[in-house]
Amino acid sequence: MSLILDKINYYYGKGTAFESAALKNISLAIPDGEFIGIIGHTGSGKSTLIQHMNGLIKADSGSIYYNGKDIYDKDFKMTDLRRKVGLVFQYPEHQLFEATVIKDVLFGPTNMGMDKLKAELAAYGALKAVGIGDDLIDASPFELSGGQKRRVAIAGVLAMSPEILVLDEPTAGLDPAGRTELLNLLKEIHETKGITVILVSHSMEDVAEYAERLIVIDEGEIKYDDEPRKVFAHADELRKMGLEIPQCTELMGKLADAGLNVDRSCLTVEEAVNSIIGAIS
Amino acid sequence: MVNFDKVTFEYIRRDEEGNVESINKALDGIDLDVKKGDFIAILGANGSGKSTLARHINALLTPTEGTVYIEEMDTKDEDNLLNIRQKTGMVFQNPDNQIIASLVEEDVGFGPENIGIPTKEIWERVAFALEKVGMTAYREKSPNNLSGGQKQRVAIAGILAMKPECIVLDEPTAMLDPKGRREVIETITELNKKEGITIILITHYMTEVVGADKVYVMNGGNVKLSGTPREIFKEVDLLKEYKLDVPQVTEIAHRLRQQGIQLPDCILTVDELVAALGAGICL
Amino acid sequence: MLRDMTIGQYYPVESPIHRLDPRTKFLGTIIYVVSLFLFKTFWGFLLAGGFLVMVTILAHIPPKYVLKGMRPMLFLLLFMMIFNLLLTPGEVIGEWWIFSVTKEGIYAALFMGLRLALLVLGSSLMTYTTTPNKLTSGMESVFGFLKVFKVPVHEMAMMISIALRFIPILLEETNKIMKAQQARGADFESGGPIKRAKALIPILVPLFVSSFRRAGELAEAMEARCYHGGDGRTKMKPLKYHKGDLIAYILLAGLVAGCIFIP
Repeated sequence: MSLILDKINYYYGKGTAFESAALKNISLAIPDGEFIGIIGHTGSGKSTLIQHMNGLIKADSGSIYYNGKDIYDKDFKMTDLRRKVGLVFQYPEHQLFEATVIKDVLFGPTNMGMDKLKAELAAYGALKAVGIGDDLIDASPFELSGGQKRRVAIAGVLAMSPEILVLDEPTAGLDPAGRTELLNLLKEIHETKGITVILVSHSMEDVAEYAERLIVIDEGEIKYDDEPRKVFAHADELRKMGLEIPQCTELMGKLADAGLNVDRSCLTVEEAVNSIIGAIS
Repeated sequence: MVNFDKVTFEYIRRDEEGNVESINKALDGIDLDVKKGDFIAILGANGSGKSTLARHINALLTPTEGTVYIEEMDTKDEDNLLNIRQKTGMVFQNPDNQIIASLVEEDVGFGPENIGIPTKEIWERVAFALEKVGMTAYREKSPNNLSGGQKQRVAIAGILAMKPECIVLDEPTAMLDPKGRREVIETITELNKKEGITIILITHYMTEVVGADKVYVMNGGNVKLSGTPREIFKEVDLLKEYKLDVPQVTEIAHRLRQQGIQLPDCILTVDELVAALGAGICL
Repeated sequence: MLRDMTIGQYYPVESPIHRLDPRTKFLGTIIYVVSLFLFKTFWGFLLAGGFLVMVTILAHIPPKYVLKGMRPMLFLLLFMMIFNLLLTPGEVIGEWWIFSVTKEGIYAALFMGLRLALLVLGSSLMTYTTTPNKLTSGMESVFGFLKVFKVPVHEMAMMISIALRFIPILLEETNKIMKAQQARGADFESGGPIKRAKALIPILVPLFVSSFRRAGELAEAMEARCYHGGDGRTKMKPLKYHKGDLIAYILLAGLVAGCIFIP
């Protein structure tokens, strides 16, 4: 179940005076079961990139292969791709529209042509996976709290049983506890269901902690595509792109510069504490 | 400057016949005293009442019980309304929903127009305000083409043009990328330092409050903790209980101390921890 | 496609037309529009068209951009032209099924089509060259006399100005909601009219909810910035006539003369 993007180019305002390249020669392979982070400042092209992954935007040149099949082929069924690559937009709670939570979650599976029973099973399963209790399934989605709405919206995509789940800044606007809770949820879904998760984020700390692979987009190009610890070794370059490195990593770099024998590439509080203790004792 | 005296605010929900369905105490007996020129940060999880509190400062909401004073002016007194709003400006979370005009300079001029400033002075104020937030080059641009951080700086300029004494910012960085966040925080820090404007910053980002003079932590409509950032971030476990967090370095230092490593009481920045550990090694 | 909509959007460049007083442009637009309805022959349209080309050139707006503003109206334009083409009685020059094309029909189709095109292009020039703030100032001033009859002129002007500011934002939002629902398998293209209308619900409901939320937040932000209606309000850009306005009025007088002398 792989997705391959091959030399993708996309232009805004194609054919007008305002034409500008949004994506330049993007090549990317997404194999099974990874947890991928994507970072880049607003307008770097990351939202455009993820919309290519389920065919919502069509590349001006280049090809995308899903399980070896060209998705721009005439015979290719786009609904199959939309179902297998679930895309959760930024502030997904703004797309809720049904009278009840369960009806809203059923929207996706029903559109995908699942029969009623299967769709309902999928919807209940998805709601459970995001931690929405049975007491809320018949409530109006508009009466839930912000965090609950967001989880219902994510369930709406999850209910289509995607193999790849792409989320555009799923933690925006949540408080620290809400952020951790949601990210742990994604990690759990990733681990138990084996779903590939692609997390677009503005938080360096979050991608450092959760992603196994990190892609950095700047000016429509892939600047880095590597393990997070290797990517965050390029602090100066990242800052030039309007990004940061996690505070931990910054700390460890400075400690190493000061002569302490610590591991510069620490990404989490846990790692940093262990490395410092190791160096001191 | 800003004074809360046992302020309680209730959201009352009524059913179709107008009967009270439920009462939700968003603020529950808040006392607050902000001095002129202070940089205040308010932390709190979603639903802790911090936005409700912010809206009391410029009289968008008035207390159910208790009183809010802005420089001795009671916010409940309708006659003070324009005066209070001119003195305490407010910047909101969503940059798009607070810019009114289609041209940057015209938006900055909107506030002064409302309070009846003469034309010539409006232009001076707009020029001054845009200069202060570093947006002069964009004065004739459409706000739609700006980045999130730039839009927020325009919003701040719009407040500055009213010559406020205090600016309240309700999660101004929640929708921004790291660069935008940095721009906004640098801008307000400078306004506080150079222009002596009182800043009240409401945020979810722990690293943004490290430079504040005083931090208030809210939970369930109450102020649970208050003090300097150093005093607040000592309470790592308590903050987590209130669904908050501490900066990563603070947490690292906290855990190192738990492991028996000698460190000063509360570390807030990377450089502090580097210095503290460095000193330890030299010994 | 939604992104491409240019109608009603300010085009920020420096030009003699941009500098004109909005009242001049407002009255000019009214005269221009009225003239289009007075002209009975193509000679009049030639004059109006010439006037339009002149203003476009003076306004430094790329013709391509101006023409793009026609796009949303294209359907209406075609519909009207076909309607006129097929349903005008007169000298038949061709027949197809139950329809017959007449000489008068061709003339009427061209005439009406041209009129509508000139109408849309001309009035959108007004919004291209005038910021919403100035536009509303102009409207407020031109219609100011209505205040005597308790018409809330200021409030209406403010409403229009805000609507213009939010058009691109709401279009982008619509686009985003459509995509989000498409990502959940929504299909807006196939099926009969009822199915298609039903397919709009997942777009319209979130759009309404978000518009209300935005309106609420905007009202709050305006209130926080001391907005309290038109009373005691001063203007950053008060309306003042310049030399350019005099020239413009002379040219407009020429257009009026054209209306009178050209049949």
